[in-house]
Amino acid sequence: MESRFTRIVVENSNTIVQMWIKEIDSLKEVNYTATISDSLYDSTNREFAEVIFTSIRNQGSTNAVEEFSGKIIKLGWPLSYITDGLQAFRRVTTDFILSQSEKVDTDYFSNVLSSVNHWIEPIIRQLVNDYTGSWENILSLQRVALQELSAPLIPVIDGITIMPLIGTIDTERAKLIMEGLLQGVIKHNSEVVLIDITGVPVVDTMVAHHLIQAAEAVRLIGAKCILVGIRPEIAQTIVKLGIDLSDFATKSSLKKGFTSALEITNRTIVDLESKEEKVEKLIHLLQGE
Amino acid sequence: MTPQSFVTVYKEWDIVGARQIAREMAKELGFNVVDQARIATAVSELARNIYLYAKEGQIHYEVVETMNKKGLCVRAVDTGPGIKDISLVMQDGYSTSGGLGAGLPGVKRLMDEFDIQTKVGEGTTITTTKWVRL
Repeated sequence: MESRFTRIVVENSNTIVQMWIKEIDSLKEVNYTATISDSLYDSTNREFAEVIFTSIRNQGSTNAVEEFSGKIIKLGWPLSYITDGLQAFRRVTTDFILSQSEKVDTDYFSNVLSSVNHWIEPIIRQLVNDYTGSWENILSLQRVALQELSAPLIPVIDGITIMPLIGTIDTERAKLIMEGLLQGVIKHNSEVVLIDITGVPVVDTMVAHHLIQAAEAVRLIGAKCILVGIRPEIAQTIVKLGIDLSDFATKSSLKKGFTSALEITNRTIVDLESKEEKVEKLIHLLQGE
Repeated sequence: MTPQSFVTVYKEWDIVGARQIAREMAKELGFNVVDQARIATAVSELARNIYLYAKEGQIHYEVVETMNKKGLCVRAVDTGPGIKDISLVMQDGYSTSGGLGAGLPGVKRLMDEFDIQTKVGEGTTITTTKWVRL
């Protein structure tokens, strides 16, 4: 029975594809793919049809499907293009087979439906799997990328280290920050650590809590922590929230923080006299004689 | 009062999404930078409370307008365990999760209006509004 349907469909593949493409074209108006150029849309549709028929002929071979899904994912087309396309194919094929048969009873009808489903389902499964697989892949890559930019620790000068924080701090990042901070302080033998929060968009109680904990831990291993880069609006929200940062040395900018870090480590910045000035002074002295 | 948009909070990253929408809406309404930061922080606190205690809930946003002022109304709705003693959680420094305990009282100070409805075992709804300063 099923092989007879296969024969009908394969023999009339051209007619079915024509009907299917007409159906798909009407879908183009209502969905997502309206911005895609007609020629590309057309050639992809033909390829899609070819893939479906190859799969039907080979009783569910998946190589062609895999190749096709890879291509669609690369093009960045929505998953609904594929599911809509296959639903349309199911409708068209069922209609076609029924129109080709003289005698239609319930058994016959359910036979047609089940064999059409039998062709379509493995393709849907494969394509949806490939799609979600690629999304999960992107997600995990972004996670890794996010972790990479997590919290670098930069030793700028003997005893002074800077940790610039950028972006949102969640529990996981907070943990990484704490670990990185403590290890870095030991490794670089820092006396002062500057935590720069210029790039942190929102400081809520959780972020503040993590910062306070980090500073406390740094204090325990004998270093000093200065919080820098507090923007005026952040300062106001911290005050309104009622967060107590009084145990914490804070400065508005990294520059000021660095200067006070130098003071703590008994250093100052001295401008060197330029060579020209020296020569001028010398000339002045000579003229005076 | 029909909510204009809402986000569902049940992952930690939803907190970020929730406060980004709040910031965008605040910017569009003409709040200044400081008030934008206040609103974003308040939403962050509310969303974190949902994430920490109720596990799942929603943050609704609504633009409210009266004759002479307009503002942003943020409502945090959850069906979590509810709050047994409101006066206790509105105290500074009270926390059951080892945090700073500045969340809810902080939100109240950050925003202009603050209302909390809760029933143990049924959930909590916090409605809070900030008016644009003219």
